[in-house]
Amino acid sequence: MTSAGSGLTLLQTCALSLLVFTGASQFALVGALAAGGNPFTAAAGAFFLGVRNAFYGLRLSQLLALPRAVRPFAAQWVIDETAAVALAQPTRRAVRIGFTVTGLSLYVLWNLTTLLGAVGAEAIGDTDAWGLDAAGPAVFLALLAPMLKTATERAVAGLAVVLGVGLLPVLPAGMPVLVAALAAPAVLWATGRRTATAGEKAAEDDVRRADR
Amino acid sequence: MTVWIAIAVTAVGCYAVKLIGLLVPEGVLERPLVRRLAALVPVALLAALTAQQTFADGTTVVLDARAAGLAAAAVALLLRAPFLLVVAAAVVVTAGVRALTG
Repeated sequence: MTSAGSGLTLLQTCALSLLVFTGASQFALVGALAAGGNPFTAAAGAFFLGVRNAFYGLRLSQLLALPRAVRPFAAQWVIDETAAVALAQPTRRAVRIGFTVTGLSLYVLWNLTTLLGAVGAEAIGDTDAWGLDAAGPAVFLALLAPMLKTATERAVAGLAVVLGVGLLPVLPAGMPVLVAALAAPAVLWATGRRTATAGEKAAEDDVRRADR
Repeated sequence: MTVWIAIAVTAVGCYAVKLIGLLVPEGVLERPLVRRLAALVPVALLAALTAQQTFADGTTVVLDARAAGLAAAAVALLLRAPFLLVVAAAVVVTAGVRALTG
């Protein structure tokens, strides 16, 4: 729906959904292309949004204990939802079932919804008149809200908004978002060693909890 | 054509990071600082993208119906509305403001 509203063809929308299959990156790519970004900066922004999947993968590889030959096939399903479900399971068998069922059903449903949404949007015509251009940022906001738990995260978000919007008239399309990503190390550096040690402790606690 | 290039580059890149996570030896990414950054960078990216898609018109900053829509979505989130309702609120309010202001 969001892709079709930004000038992608039906085939492009479906290919994006099938091949990329990580929601935030898809929306980011479509958003950057719609904003007139060149394909490489647009892809870079989408790529960085997908980087967190590597961190799910690290934890999942320990829990799933997949044979190396199977890993390339499981990789496409390493996303927020499968990680959330799989990490909550008590046994290896349940982790594998949770990962597979969530991965398969989301892959089918997500791509089916994309197809129906794209066909529907083409039939509707001018999506802006229906307010559909607000759907993209609203999805981002809904994804972002649960992540803003502490003052550090809110400071990062606030600084990123200022950088992302403030640099918009100055830098080429796609670049302001990448610069805004520097809000994360900047805030971490500003909050200093105190937060670093607290974070270290929290991270150790996380690991202990997860290993139990 | 540029769209296809962007899709191909994104698909290869996103698949690669997913696979890297599964293949990287334990310990490298579990360093506390790396974990903190990995959690915070998506927050920064999402916040910047949300703001841009709300306030950007090409490379200029504008305040239009989308801002009202996002404000409605924010209110819906504060009221703990489900995901689809949050998005629907943004769409309906944006369309409404646009219809009223012509």
